[in-house]
Amino acid sequence: MNEPILELKEITKRFSGVEVLHQVSFDLRPGEVHALLGENGAGKSTLVKVMTGVHRPDGGEIHLHGQRVEFDAPSASLQAGIAAIYQELSLFPDLNVAENIFVGRQPTAAGGRLDWRTLYREAEQLLASLGMHLDLKQKARSLSIAQQQMVEIARALSINARILIMDEPTSSLTLTEVADLFRLVRRLRADGTAIVFISHRLEELYEIADRVTVLRDGAYVDTRPMAEISREELIRLMVGRTISNLFPKQEATIGDVALKVENLTLDGVFENVSFELRQGEILGMAGLVGAGRTDVARAIFGVEPPTGGRIEVEGKAVSISSPQQAIDLGLALVPEDRQLHGLIPPMNIVANISLPMLGSFARRGWLRPRQERDAAFQAAQQMEVRANNIWQRVRELSGGNQQKVVLAKWLSTKPRILILDEPTRGIDVGTKAAIHALMSELAGQGLAILMISSELPEVLGMSDRILVMREGRVTGQFSRAEATQEKIMSAATQTMAEAL
Amino acid sequence: MTEPRPKAAPPAAERSAGATISAAPPRRSFLARFQRWEWMLVGLIVLVVALNSQLSPYFLDARNLSRTSSDFMEIGLMMLPMVFIIITGGIDLSVASNLAMCASFMGWLFMRGVPIWPAALAALLLGATGGLFNGLLVARVKLPPLVVTLGTYAFYRGVAYVLLGDQAARGYPAGFTFIGQGKLPGTLIPFSVALFIVLAIVFGLVLHRTTFGRTLFAIGNNENATAYSGVPVARTKIIVYTISGLMAGLAGIVLAARFGSTRPDIGLGLELAVITAAVLGGVDINGGIGTMGGAVLSLLLIGLLRFGMGLLNIQGQVQGMVIGLLLILSILLPNVARNLSARGGAPQRRSLAAAAALIAAFALFILFFFWSRAQVLGAG
Repeated sequence: MNEPILELKEITKRFSGVEVLHQVSFDLRPGEVHALLGENGAGKSTLVKVMTGVHRPDGGEIHLHGQRVEFDAPSASLQAGIAAIYQELSLFPDLNVAENIFVGRQPTAAGGRLDWRTLYREAEQLLASLGMHLDLKQKARSLSIAQQQMVEIARALSINARILIMDEPTSSLTLTEVADLFRLVRRLRADGTAIVFISHRLEELYEIADRVTVLRDGAYVDTRPMAEISREELIRLMVGRTISNLFPKQEATIGDVALKVENLTLDGVFENVSFELRQGEILGMAGLVGAGRTDVARAIFGVEPPTGGRIEVEGKAVSISSPQQAIDLGLALVPEDRQLHGLIPPMNIVANISLPMLGSFARRGWLRPRQERDAAFQAAQQMEVRANNIWQRVRELSGGNQQKVVLAKWLSTKPRILILDEPTRGIDVGTKAAIHALMSELAGQGLAILMISSELPEVLGMSDRILVMREGRVTGQFSRAEATQEKIMSAATQTMAEAL
Repeated sequence: MTEPRPKAAPPAAERSAGATISAAPPRRSFLARFQRWEWMLVGLIVLVVALNSQLSPYFLDARNLSRTSSDFMEIGLMMLPMVFIIITGGIDLSVASNLAMCASFMGWLFMRGVPIWPAALAALLLGATGGLFNGLLVARVKLPPLVVTLGTYAFYRGVAYVLLGDQAARGYPAGFTFIGQGKLPGTLIPFSVALFIVLAIVFGLVLHRTTFGRTLFAIGNNENATAYSGVPVARTKIIVYTISGLMAGLAGIVLAARFGSTRPDIGLGLELAVITAAVLGGVDINGGIGTMGGAVLSLLLIGLLRFGMGLLNIQGQVQGMVIGLLLILSILLPNVARNLSARGGAPQRRSLAAAAALIAAFALFILFFFWSRAQVLGAG
């Protein structure tokens, strides 16, 4: 095959000291579809953002047409012919198709007036050359997702992009729309456009991709021709870590059912989710980002109450319509996003820990500062929060210490059912191990724990049972003994047809 | 677990085996303790008092001070709940209109033969209802507070005009006008000032010493996380806006009692004075930060400044310019302080620019002061 058009050599990227890409190499040839594959958090998005100039690498080189380049802004990479189409489409909803294609570069006639005739003629030629059938005067607002994607592709090609990056382009398309998209991709490939294609759907990659590069934990794993690699081997490359004793889940006596969920539904988000969670048990919830796991947790906790189904807490049917009710029933939720939902970053450690139980540190509404301070100090000390003192603002703490404050906050409510949403995301290894040890200890004391995690080794290492969700449905359930990374990955990525 | 490694080595007395955190209050230098906006306001108040007492022999007269102090009490009464609202990240533009609606309703009832005290009670209830309506729209319907209260700002004022038309309600009994004009027996302290002081203490304690006050700060800093922590955010907001309406009603009664009559244009434009006092007092317009003490001090500063300038025959409009400059200074200064303490190129350059702006603003301030005085003296 011919020379690569784009080459990334040993790219390293750090965010506030944490390495998210470690010497990742990637090359792209004209006229090929190169798939980028990896679990959530493997570094795919970061790598794409390095290619498009959103992030500057901390190490490594980018070569374009054999020459070293540096992109210091997205506009620079766009100028160099690299365009990306992200999951969130970015058309102007009130402009029509032709205007959207040429937005910012409208042809002008004398005196700076818009040259509408040229605009529509060029737009029509472009769409015809791509085999797209769109009404040029239709507003973007009224287009389907698939049509909007077509317009974005047309826009990218109208600026002579030779490299097109597509981040999960099929995730919200119907089967026929996917077929249309693939027809277009093949056409572009035949014209010599190089395409980076990101998708979690393995079967699609077999249909469209020429080569695949697998990333894992921010590191490069391998690049293979798609035709020479089996599905099993791909999954093994994606998840192929050996599970260390980082995950010390000890055997705990499993008690009565603490939380029972039956056919829980939130219209348009998830449906018919059913499971049981027992005292002393850790139930892992695996799946890809967007599978609806966080929404299930939010529904159970009353943040966004479900539209259908039943919830039983300790044998009694309950209807939870606010977090306050959930807390009173003995539930606690450590949310996925610390900064947004878990903490009040400008306030100090004491105020953060005491917030859910503020009433218990007060007499007739009047705060008792000493009680509040003592309780918060004790909770912070127990969690080994590292800070100068408990009056330090939470936003000044490291991610791991912030997560410990969130845990201290919720454990001081003395919950009987604990929901942990990505409890160790973005925190250092030491704190991660401490949190795993804590979870095991809490389960041993009879706490029922529902753990949502996108990290397979964590799910496998910590859980007594594992539930897998995909697209708002439960697609798999495994006991600790029968669960393997491959089985979970396959349940998390399979199409509905395969599940039935 | 790894060995505990505190970020900064704690003093020997606090260090104990295995401790990762300390419960001791943070140590701050003598200077750092005074780096608070409240102290800045105290300094400005001292400066204003010193300057004014030099410039006019009438400034430090107890009778004058007593008379002028009651001029600011309606603003003060509405400022107390405004501090609550701004701390939750909201705003209430309708307070002065609500005041007028309540005062007009009371006058309307009184002119139809309702005794003044039941009429005043009805006005308070109407004020609270007006606030509740704001609160429901903001917290339940989730409309932006600025737009909701801009709407009711026009609506409530309109109700006042519908009730009274171009008439004025007058003839209130002396027992009632005491609220606005009377003094505590045997002293020079106006009744309205005493009322304000008591309520300011109550509001201050609620804000800084109760669970309710704490949740106001929490909501203003991160509404989502506060809701996840089981705090009834919507209910709290509704309560706060209702209190604001109630206090607007009370301010309406006080103002009507002070004037001895009610016209529908009563208290026109006061909402901006109320918000100015709160923001100048260090209450962050973005929510989450503020003290009741700072707000009360800033009200005192504005009052003394306006009184002093009035004695010097400086026109009301120029007084407004001075207060406006002061307001901009109040948000500029903390920015400068923050940038000076931060390191790095860009912030340093920005802080220099801010400092330059600061000096220019001060120069303008002084210039206006003497220019307008010369104008008046020259004309006289």
